[in-house]
Amino acid sequence: MHSDPLTGFPLRPARMHEACGPAAPAFAAIYAAQAGGDLLWVHDTRRPGGLNPLGLGAFFDPSRLLVAQVDDQTEALAVAEEALRDGSLPLVVVELGQPLGLTPGRRLQLAAKAGQATGICLIAAERMGSNAAETRWRCDPVFDPGFDPGAAAGDSTLQRWELIKNKSGTLGAWHVRWDGTAHRLSVVSPAGKRPGPAGAPG
Amino acid sequence: MTLADARAFCPGLQSRPADPVGDRRFLQMLRRWATRYCPWVGLEGEDGLVLDITGAAHLFGGEAMMLADMRHRLGRAGIALRIGLADTRGAAWALAHYHEGQAAPGQTLAALARLPVAALRLEERTVIPLQRLGLRTVGDLAGAARAPLARRFGPGLLLRLDQALGRQPEEVSPLADPPHYGVRLTLPEPVGLTADVMAGTARLLDRLCATLAAQQAGARVLQLTLRRVDRDSRQVELRLARPLRDPARILPLFQRAVAEVDAGFGIDQMRLAAMVVESLPARQLSHVGSRRGDRLADLITRIGTRIGLENIRRFLPADSHIPERAFLVAPAAFSEPGTGWASPRPRPLLLFPPEPVTGRESRPPRQFRWRGETLATARATGPERIAPEWWLEDEGWRSGLRDYWLVETRQGRRLWLFFTPQRPGWFVQGEFA
Repeated sequence: MHSDPLTGFPLRPARMHEACGPAAPAFAAIYAAQAGGDLLWVHDTRRPGGLNPLGLGAFFDPSRLLVAQVDDQTEALAVAEEALRDGSLPLVVVELGQPLGLTPGRRLQLAAKAGQATGICLIAAERMGSNAAETRWRCDPVFDPGFDPGAAAGDSTLQRWELIKNKSGTLGAWHVRWDGTAHRLSVVSPAGKRPGPAGAPG
Repeated sequence: MTLADARAFCPGLQSRPADPVGDRRFLQMLRRWATRYCPWVGLEGEDGLVLDITGAAHLFGGEAMMLADMRHRLGRAGIALRIGLADTRGAAWALAHYHEGQAAPGQTLAALARLPVAALRLEERTVIPLQRLGLRTVGDLAGAARAPLARRFGPGLLLRLDQALGRQPEEVSPLADPPHYGVRLTLPEPVGLTADVMAGTARLLDRLCATLAAQQAGARVLQLTLRRVDRDSRQVELRLARPLRDPARILPLFQRAVAEVDAGFGIDQMRLAAMVVESLPARQLSHVGSRRGDRLADLITRIGTRIGLENIRRFLPADSHIPERAFLVAPAAFSEPGTGWASPRPRPLLLFPPEPVTGRESRPPRQFRWRGETLATARATGPERIAPEWWLEDEGWRSGLRDYWLVETRQGRRLWLFFTPQRPGWFVQGEFA
C-alpha cells in the first residue's frame, strides 16, 4: 500500500536543508540515522530543554553525536559554517530561533559545498528560512489511530512530512513512520485511506 | 611524642598541619635558587641541600665570604639554616647536623673527631651497639681496628666512615631542571600585520614543538603574549582539544585569535608558552583511522576558540532510572565516546524541565493546554512509575513518585507527561518523535 516514493529524501548531500515544525528534530534524527557517520548538533541554550540521548537511541547511536552549546544565533551560524566547511563531520544540525537571512543562508550553502557535508537548519517557523536552502520540509507528528501500542515494538512515530521548497525537484507530502527495531523509514498511506481499523475519530 | 604531651611541656605551643608536599616544592625552589653559587646542587634528605662548590668559592671571595653571603640572603628571607663545609660530602653533613662550622682542607678527621658516631649518617640500629662497645665519637671509631668492625657491622659502617674522611669517593648528583616550555622572540622593529605576527608565531612554534618532541609531550593550553611598543601586552590563549606538538596543525588554530588582537603602535616582543602540557608518547604509524580523528580534534579546537572548549559536549551513559540523570554530559575534548546505551522503555527525543498542565486525577487529562496549544488526549500509554533517588538531593523530585504516561494527542504531538500522586499535579517533561 505504498504511495509514491519520497522524493528529496534522503536529502541531497553537501547541501543545506531546512526543516520546521514540531517534528523537525525527529526529521534530523531520522536523516542522521540513514546517513551514518558522526554529527554535530548546534543547540541553542535559550531553547527550553535539549536532546535526550536515550530517546535518540531509537534512531542512531548517541555516541556519534557531538553537541555544541551556543547562546546566540551569530555563534550558532559561525559554528555551523566552521563545521560544514571543515567536512570532518558529514552532518551538522543547527537550531535557529530567528529568521535566517539570505546571506547567512548562502554562506552555509557554500560551506556545505566546500566541505562536502550536509547541513540541516531547524528553523522556528516556515517563513523564517532562507531562500538559499536546497529543500525545506514541514514536519508534523500525526496521531496514528491504527497503531497498537501493545503489539508493536517501540512507540508510534507516524509523521507527515511536507516538502514545501525544493530547488531541484517537485514538491509533495508524505506520511512516514520510523521503525526503531529495523532502523528503516517507511512511507505509509495517509490515515483514513487505509484498510483495517476505521479512520481517526475526529 | 604526641601533641597532648608536647602541649603539657609547653603550654604556649603553636601547631600547624604538616605539609610535606609543600615543603618538598619549597626545597626544589631553594635548590634552583642555590644554583647561583655553583652548578652542582642536589637535594639532601627532606630538609637539606648539598652544594659542590669546588672551583666556585673564589667567585664570591672565598669560602667564608660565600657562607656569609648565604647566611645573609637566606636570613633576610626568614630561613634559619645550618651550614657545614668540608672536603667531603659526609663530613659536611656531619658538621651541618652536629657541629656547625668549617673543616679546614685536609683536617677532616680533626674536625669530626669529637662528633658522635651518628654524625656519619648511620642508622639507629648501628649507633646503639657502637655506643655499647664504647665507640662514642668518630675519633674512637677511626682509631679502632677495622677488621672486627667490618665483621660485626658489615661494610656499610666503614663505607660511611671512609666517605666522611675522603677515602671513598661520594659524588653530588645535581637534579636536572624540569623542562621549560616557553620561547620568546624579540623583534628589532615593531610589526603590526597579522601575517607578520603569524610568521613570528610560526618560528616560536617550531622551537617550542622541538622541546615538546624531545620530552615526548604535547601542549594542551598555549599562551601567546604579544608585547606592544607602549609596554602593554596582549595575550592569546589557545586551548586544544587534545595534546599536540605538530607546528603545522597548531599554527592555523592561532589565526582567528591573532587577527583580533589590537596591535596598537606595533608589537616588538612575542612570547609563546605551553601552560598545560600532557604526555604524548610517540605512536606507531598506521594506515587507518588517525587522520580523521585529528581533523575532528582540530575542528573542536577551532570551534572551542569561539564558544569555549567546554561547550562542545558529548553524552555518556549513566546508571540511573531518573530520566534527566540517565546520561552525563561531558566536554568532548576531555572524554571518550561511551558505549552501552540501552533503554528498556521508550524515551522521548526531547527532554525539558517539567512544565505544569492542569489536571488532578490519576488518569491523564482528556484535554489540556500546553505552550499555548489546546491538546486532546487520544491515547495514553502508562503508567510507568519512577521513584526518586532518595540518596541524592534533587530539588525537582521533592514532589515524590512520578507516574509517567506517553500521551498521544489528537493533534499529533506525542508528549511525555507525569503525574505526582503524592502531591497531585500533571507535568509535561518530554516530547517523542
